[in-house]
Amino acid sequence: MSKYHLPEGMPIPVPENDDLSKPYWEGLRQSKLMVQKCQGCGTYVWGPEWICHQCRSFDLAWEEVAGKGRIYSWERVWHPVHPALKDHGPYIVVLVELPGAQNIRMIGNLLGNPEQEIPIGAEVEVAFEHHNDADPAYSLAHWRLV
Amino acid sequence: MGRRTLRGQVAVVGIGETTYYRHGQAPDPEFKLALKAILAAAEDAGIDPTEIDGFASYSNDRNDPSRLAAALGTKQLRFSNMQWGGGGGGGAAAVGNAAAAIATGMADCVVVFRALAQGQFARFGQGPQVPTISGDLAMQAPYGLMSPGQRYAMKVIRFMHEHGVEQEALRAIALASYHHAQSNPRAVMNGRPLDEETYDASRWIVEPFHLFDCCMENDGAAALIVVSAERAKDMPHKPSYLLSAAGGSDYRCGAPSHNHPNYASSNFATVAPNLYEMAGLKPSDVDVVQSYENFTGGVMMSLVEHGFFPPEAANDFLKPENLLSRTGQLPLNTSGGNLAECYMHGLELQIEAVRQLRGTSTAQAPDVNVSMVTAGPMVTPVSSLIFGSEATL
Ligand SMILES: [Zn+2]
Repeated sequence: MSKYHLPEGMPIPVPENDDLSKPYWEGLRQSKLMVQKCQGCGTYVWGPEWICHQCRSFDLAWEEVAGKGRIYSWERVWHPVHPALKDHGPYIVVLVELPGAQNIRMIGNLLGNPEQEIPIGAEVEVAFEHHNDADPAYSLAHWRLV
Repeated sequence: MGRRTLRGQVAVVGIGETTYYRHGQAPDPEFKLALKAILAAAEDAGIDPTEIDGFASYSNDRNDPSRLAAALGTKQLRFSNMQWGGGGGGGAAAVGNAAAAIATGMADCVVVFRALAQGQFARFGQGPQVPTISGDLAMQAPYGLMSPGQRYAMKVIRFMHEHGVEQEALRAIALASYHHAQSNPRAVMNGRPLDEETYDASRWIVEPFHLFDCCMENDGAAALIVVSAERAKDMPHKPSYLLSAAGGSDYRCGAPSHNHPNYASSNFATVAPNLYEMAGLKPSDVDVVQSYENFTGGVMMSLVEHGFFPPEAANDFLKPENLLSRTGQLPLNTSGGNLAECYMHGLELQIEAVRQLRGTSTAQAPDVNVSMVTAGPMVTPVSSLIFGSEATL
């Protein structure tokens, strides 16, 4: 039994060459959910981008947002497409919207029984998972029903 | 300048394809498959292949037009075009691009082609097997969201949730494709009929997609020859006139990490109105539809967004009897398509749309004058087109 929700051996997330998403991944290491917010008009920008799509300002700052959301959609994966997931069994991916941040959406796994019913609209909270022994070390943001 | 339109300016006059194979089973390398399909299309059009002066493809096809032109000994290369975007979203746009080149005098005879040999190259339905990953994929792959099916299932789940769509609606789309493949000797699934019980008992790939909701992966190649409408009149086959082509996607469709505002969508929200506007037609004018099936849920949303029924009517409309070629009110995927004929990235659907207008389909719909293709739902950009008979001009 892996100490992580999904087996070890999945691709390790790292920032791009231009470091666009680096503050997000660094935030997760400290159990913080960091997203971009436009300093010109207050729009939350997610996923990471260099410009605000609302007012075209380049002045985007990284801010911590509350790890509380609602399930917007979900899927239960049965057929593995990665060797690390072979024989693992089903798992649930959720798309979570964050009402505290203009309903931007984030992807994660839903913790708990993989065969549970998944109610769209249900409230969830973030659960950080730290892969300290990976090289490089990284962290993920999962979700659990409240 | 008059009204800018492609309507009636060009026609498909030649169609060609190789034998369709299960993935990894093609006896030829991919480039040779491309050559064979192009030669078959030229022969069907009754033209000398050296007359081809333009090439159009999509989805980063690996077979470079300069190499093709050199290998075929074409007299000159005037148009070399790639539609951006992955999946089959560029299938109709590539025909539109070819048409635009011809209509504006940039080329005279353009071949639209697609070739796939997944034994020679990587398969689509596999996750990235790399130690590290970055960019938008890094927000998804570590959570086991990797393959096309996994990328689009949540759009379909959300749509089904918003509109109360049942699994049986998706099943009807799969059953129609398999039904049509049984009369099509080219179809990889010819001789392998599908019934409701088999569908229901089939394993989940990713909910809401059973095995039979997912396209195959195949090897082969397909090609279409496009010329001006004027020249098409003198060709051996009845021309399939292009009435309209449209591509693209709606507001912030490509927003990263599944943040497209209009999420529960096949991404035709703006493309379909543009399509009908150029054609001067409405959904009820369409006689037969080939709708790209990466997954049945994408077909369902494509049909909704092209106006064939409102989302609330999906359960009532999407019944196999409504989708069958000879008797249904909307004959759908009449060759078997990506599910059951061959996954030629949707170019086999364009060929089938032409066959329906010629009256040579193996599941011929009655009295076809308007024949539609929708390409690559849920990716961005998507595209669609409408072919018409001479009577529609
Ligand atoms: Zn702004």
